[in-house]
Amino acid sequence: MKRYSVFAVAREALRYHQGWGRAWRSPEPKKKYEAIIIGAGGHGLATAYYLGKNHGLKNVAILEKGWLGGGNTGRNTTIIRSNYLQDASAAIYEKARSLYETMSQDLNYNVMFSPRGVMMLAQTQHEIRGYKRTAHANALQGVSTEFITPDRVKSLVPIINIDGPRYPVLGALWQPRGGTARHDAVAWGYARACSEMGMDVIQQCEVTGIRRQNGQVQGVETSKGSIDCEKLGIVVAGHTGVLADMAGFRMPIESVALQALVSEPIKPCMDVVVMANTVHGYMSQSDKGEMVIGGGADGFNNYTQRGSFHHVEETVRALIETFPIISRLKMLRWWGGIVDMTGDRSPILSTTPVKNIFINCGWGTGGFKAIPGSGWAMAELMAKGHSSLTEEFGLNRFKEGKFIDESVAAGVAH
Amino acid sequence: MSKRLGVGGQFIDRSKPIKFQFNGRRFSGFKGDTLASALLANDQVLIGRSFKYHRPRGIVSSGSEEPNALMNLGENETFEPNQRATTTELFEGLTAFSQNHWPSLNFDIGVINNYLSRFLPAGFYYKMFIHPRPFWKYIYEPFIRQSAGLGKAPSVKDTSDYEHFYAFYDLVIIGGGISGLNAALTAAESGLKILIMEQNSEWGGRCLVDFPFINEEPGLKYISRILSELRKYKNVTMRSRMMGAGVYDHGYLLGYERLNDHLSTNEGPRHRLWRIRAKQIITATGAIERPLSFPGNDIPGIMLASAVRDYATNFGVAVGDKVAIFTNNDDAYRTAITLHEIGVTVPVIIDARSSGGGELAHHAKELGIRVENGKAISKVFGQKRVKAVTICDYEKSDANKEKIECDSIAMSGGWSPVVHLFSHCGGKLKWDEDLAMFRPDKAAKPTSSDGLPFVTAVGSANGFLLMNEVLIDTLDGSRTAIRAAGGKINNKKTKEFLDKNEKAPEAIWISPKDANIKKRSKTWLDFQNDVKVSDVELAAREGFESVEHAKRYTTLGMATDQGKLSNINGLAILSSTLGKEIPRVGTTTFRPPYTPISLGSIGGSARNELFQPIRKTPIHEWHEKKGAYMEPVGQWRRPFCYPKEGETHQKAVEREINQTRSSLGLLDASTLGKLLVTGPDAGKFLDMLYTNMMSTLKVGKCRYGLMCSENGFLIDDGVVARIDEQTWLCHTTSGGADRIHSHMEEWLQTEWWDWKVYVANLTEQFAQIGVVGPNARKLLEKIGGLDVSKDALGFMEWKEGKLGKYDARIFRISFSGELSFEVAVPAGQGMAFWKELIELGEEFGVMPYGTEALHVMRAEKGFIMIGDETDGTVIPQDLNLTWAISKKKEDFLGKRAQERAHMVDPNRWKLVGLETLDGSVLPDGAYSTAQGFNSNGQRSTQGRITSSYYSPTLKRGIAMGLILNGPSREGEIIEFPKIDGTIIPAKITSPVFYDPDGEKQNV
Ligand SMILES: Cc1cc2nc3c(=O)[nH]c(=O)nc-3n(C[C@H](O)[C@H](O)[C@H](O)COP(=O)(O)OP(=O)(O)OC[C@H]3O[C@@H](n4cnc5c(N)ncnc54)[C@H](O)[C@@H]3O)c2cc1C
Repeated sequence: MKRYSVFAVAREALRYHQGWGRAWRSPEPKKKYEAIIIGAGGHGLATAYYLGKNHGLKNVAILEKGWLGGGNTGRNTTIIRSNYLQDASAAIYEKARSLYETMSQDLNYNVMFSPRGVMMLAQTQHEIRGYKRTAHANALQGVSTEFITPDRVKSLVPIINIDGPRYPVLGALWQPRGGTARHDAVAWGYARACSEMGMDVIQQCEVTGIRRQNGQVQGVETSKGSIDCEKLGIVVAGHTGVLADMAGFRMPIESVALQALVSEPIKPCMDVVVMANTVHGYMSQSDKGEMVIGGGADGFNNYTQRGSFHHVEETVRALIETFPIISRLKMLRWWGGIVDMTGDRSPILSTTPVKNIFINCGWGTGGFKAIPGSGWAMAELMAKGHSSLTEEFGLNRFKEGKFIDESVAAGVAH
Repeated sequence: MSKRLGVGGQFIDRSKPIKFQFNGRRFSGFKGDTLASALLANDQVLIGRSFKYHRPRGIVSSGSEEPNALMNLGENETFEPNQRATTTELFEGLTAFSQNHWPSLNFDIGVINNYLSRFLPAGFYYKMFIHPRPFWKYIYEPFIRQSAGLGKAPSVKDTSDYEHFYAFYDLVIIGGGISGLNAALTAAESGLKILIMEQNSEWGGRCLVDFPFINEEPGLKYISRILSELRKYKNVTMRSRMMGAGVYDHGYLLGYERLNDHLSTNEGPRHRLWRIRAKQIITATGAIERPLSFPGNDIPGIMLASAVRDYATNFGVAVGDKVAIFTNNDDAYRTAITLHEIGVTVPVIIDARSSGGGELAHHAKELGIRVENGKAISKVFGQKRVKAVTICDYEKSDANKEKIECDSIAMSGGWSPVVHLFSHCGGKLKWDEDLAMFRPDKAAKPTSSDGLPFVTAVGSANGFLLMNEVLIDTLDGSRTAIRAAGGKINNKKTKEFLDKNEKAPEAIWISPKDANIKKRSKTWLDFQNDVKVSDVELAAREGFESVEHAKRYTTLGMATDQGKLSNINGLAILSSTLGKEIPRVGTTTFRPPYTPISLGSIGGSARNELFQPIRKTPIHEWHEKKGAYMEPVGQWRRPFCYPKEGETHQKAVEREINQTRSSLGLLDASTLGKLLVTGPDAGKFLDMLYTNMMSTLKVGKCRYGLMCSENGFLIDDGVVARIDEQTWLCHTTSGGADRIHSHMEEWLQTEWWDWKVYVANLTEQFAQIGVVGPNARKLLEKIGGLDVSKDALGFMEWKEGKLGKYDARIFRISFSGELSFEVAVPAGQGMAFWKELIELGEEFGVMPYGTEALHVMRAEKGFIMIGDETDGTVIPQDLNLTWAISKKKEDFLGKRAQERAHMVDPNRWKLVGLETLDGSVLPDGAYSTAQGFNSNGQRSTQGRITSSYYSPTLKRGIAMGLILNGPSREGEIIEFPKIDGTIIPAKITSPVFYDPDGEKQNV
């Protein structure tokens, strides 16, 4: 496979770019793999990548029922931050954030990680206290954040309205090395790197059954036939319940629609990501100039990827209040994704009741930022049977009541 | 040049000239013009620059599918970027600026990208800018960002108004062309309530331009006849300038009405978003013409053939002096004929079909227009305006080449039905090979809650292009929808319409057919985003085979027109590159809105003060008048403190506490949640909700109760009073009232729906005032009425009756540790009661106190506060509240959860008091560090501070915290690092700092 660089592009330009090969191969499935990952979203692909890169396990297939990156990985608003409150969360999200810093170089694919800074507004006394607490926790977790004043907020985001009238900005939790990345590129970059290591990324290959014997996994049934494997990773976000059912166990997951929208592109007017959790909305500006907007999840379970209007209405209203100049901008695109929510809104990275089946899900409304860290940890779990990063995220925490609840620190968790 | 003709223009009123400005230059047009037609009338052909390569751009279309003619419109508070000139109606004083260029439209430095375009193919940025790492953030990205965006960002707040309408109709018809209007007419006597909407200002759609006569009746007259007929029906609502924006589940529909965008004034609402529930929806949204893909097809002066016709017929504008026509179908011949009739030269009609066209083609030839069959355009001359074209054989680019002069090209690649609204909610499409279009699949319409179809496409939107077929399909489709909506059907027939004999179009996706790579990289698919045929081919070659991948990789169809012009052409290139059939490659998903709608309209009128309106207690105004510093608490505003002139908040809080503890303070506690729970099963219900027993509470008594989630975590607390045999009044936290009310309702409605319990949220019915301090009783006695002596009203009791002239319910409870009464009076009496308390309390130096004093006083007493000591992970046991958990009850919400392994772990963080050694105040939210690091390299911790204040009573800092095995470690000194690393040692104490034996509150 060709390395990407400015020189390669220049060279190819002379041939009108007719010399570029496939970014990833499109193989037929083999009969057997050492490990199969179901779901070619960011988390599935990253898991495969680190299985190969960190653990030398390269006889791996990634099975995707649609097109890779077409789930939530390609639908999210790409906010990356690690200013989480609980230790276990901060550890895995900060691992991910730091891997994002070098991802373009690691993958030889420009994922446009843009550490432009993420700000979470405090608009009530309660939020001030919550964020100050988070800042204290972050200091001990090695996550660099600070609580900043309204004036500082205004200087970082000139278009913000800090005076209310409804909820004045009283300060903010600021993570200067948080930011955004290009979501598709993350999936594509991993797929290319996996393919280059000799792994098979197989699209249009839906898993329809999971074969087991004596409590141990044997292989999977797919729309492209039956495939054997020694280890199986289920990494399918909103469809976790369906796959778990095939493997004969149940998961504490609910699937709901989360929506986002973008405005028509305008010239740059906002350099950082702002999250306003009291009013439930957040906004950033993409490199293309679109204002990228998101809010809360729908209050009912479904699989339609459509979502309801009233949620968007509330989000937009909240952001018009926060950024009054946007009301004459127009909404260009609006979409939804099905997110996988757990009871404590934290992910599950775990062994399962079936031997050699591992599961990675529950990232809900905020798992894009976690992709490399989650892949790293999941690969370790699959290869070695344990990982310090996944320890607290096991399935048994629901049995024990050892929840990892972030809700105090952020009403919305993107 | 493009210019206004002396004749024609059925939309414009030549007696009403209108002045406007473009890029600072003064122009004039007529009433009825769009900004686009007026610009063309003034020979303004270059109107903008493309997104990526900054190539010169001209108007392509005459409607909402326009990708190029986007303007910065208006100034200051009415400024709006990216307005389509083609749908902007001209008004006096309009000012527009073209976008995305520097320093000027004519000389744009950004055009350098155009010369580099070979180095900047689709997805180039994924392959470049990788090294060195810091460059992305500091050099590449800022550079890319600077060149991003189209229009400018607005600089000031928008002052326009927006509103929502909520409407219910049996039948909604979207589109006011000949199909939509006929559908409405068919339905008018069905007894249904009908709404028909049209996005443009004029009704009639394409029919006005394409059909000079409908069965001998002039098109314009035909339409106005239907309109006046429809206006007679009271059950038919008609709205123009209103677009169907989105179709959702269960017949939900958004209509976007533009009310004053076409006027000089900004009065009245600007946009109105209609939120409609419809039993049935008919989409009569017509079709959009497709461009043709040939080298240089993006140069200004190249337009859709239908648009060229529109400008001539509707606005009396000729888009050029010499207009060449390039087509693969018969329809474009209409443009040639129209132009010929108004005296514009048509040097050639280039028809890619080797066998040429039908009746219309024949007619054109008769008029003496040169027609070249089996030909294509292989080159366009000119940069900012077409100068000439080279034509050649369609099959062979080097055969029969000829250069022909022209200053415009009208192109037509056939038509695509507008299927967006049909598809929004799951309607499926099928590919029609003959007409080369995706059209709605009758068998796979969107279905509603009953599983039956609720959207029907009719006419051109359903893939019919010949008028007779359109009329028949409209009648047919309308009847289906009318019947489904429960309306009466009439048996009227449509009059047959004699269509011209048209020959089938021939899909040509690239022209000439053998165009080499050099040509293909000059052939545009997406004009705004600069996506060329070669880009889509590159995507396919690199493995971006699904439409979604190709779209994302190339940005095809992601521009502000959302691919209305480019998607099908791009899809066709993709499928031919992959060697797959078009239907196997499939389309991308159609999502609302149909065309972009303002964020303002989505927000509606709930802005400024109306955005989450502030809830006010009956005493709110008094607080404001006294200069209270108010803080948001939920949707309320509560006084944080009442600073005097020149006094800091800190000092004010201290003063309020001191006075309350030493004599008398008043608290407006009206925001406190008051949920009345009543019914034969109310006791049983509350026993399930609270951890302690409520059913045994005696009438007249109060009990402090805790509520947990089913996961065992503490979610709310408050005092419950038993009102009568089957009625309890549950006080919740101020922020929790609505949440707990929903919590109760959820359990009642989903789990215990057979229990006879009714819950009413009475929070706003009462003003509730805390009368607090050693002189509290004296003050109440001074008002007179109810006996409030210790014997008559003991601690944790309540009583009802007259207090002075007020109807009062007095609760003898305390959240401050002082002798305290909470008095509830009907909201209407609240202010008078408060004022009287203030007046009569003067002799005791009464002072109102705010939320901060409340917090400090409760912390001095070691009382927990929901949201401070709890955070969703804390169970009552952690807060030493085991005494409030019934051991007798078989079950309550959270009981089982609290028996789980982690919950009963003896090593939990538990509530204690904390004191610094020097009396200073501990930093709120700080963590206490333990030895070493955890397995992820994070500093180990052993607890945290949950509340921290300066106590004016004790004259030093006090804090509460959750510390590992805290209560057993009293006296131990532990460390709290601040964020900057400085370490503050603190001693573990009892959390009750003040009056541990409760002597003060029990007097
Ligand atoms: C609107 C929205 C906004 C968001 N914003 C943010 C944000 O700003 N920041 C952030 O960090 N996170 C955000 N998220 C969350 C984030 O997108 C997800 O947590 C993350 O992308 C999940 O990645 P994944 O790989 O687990 O899932 P996915 O990307 O959904 O991948 C799962 C894959 O499994 C495949 N699959 C399912 N069933 C099968 C089967 N039977 N066989 C084979 N394959 C199957 C699916 O097709 C899919 O491709 C947002 C989500 C949404 C919807």
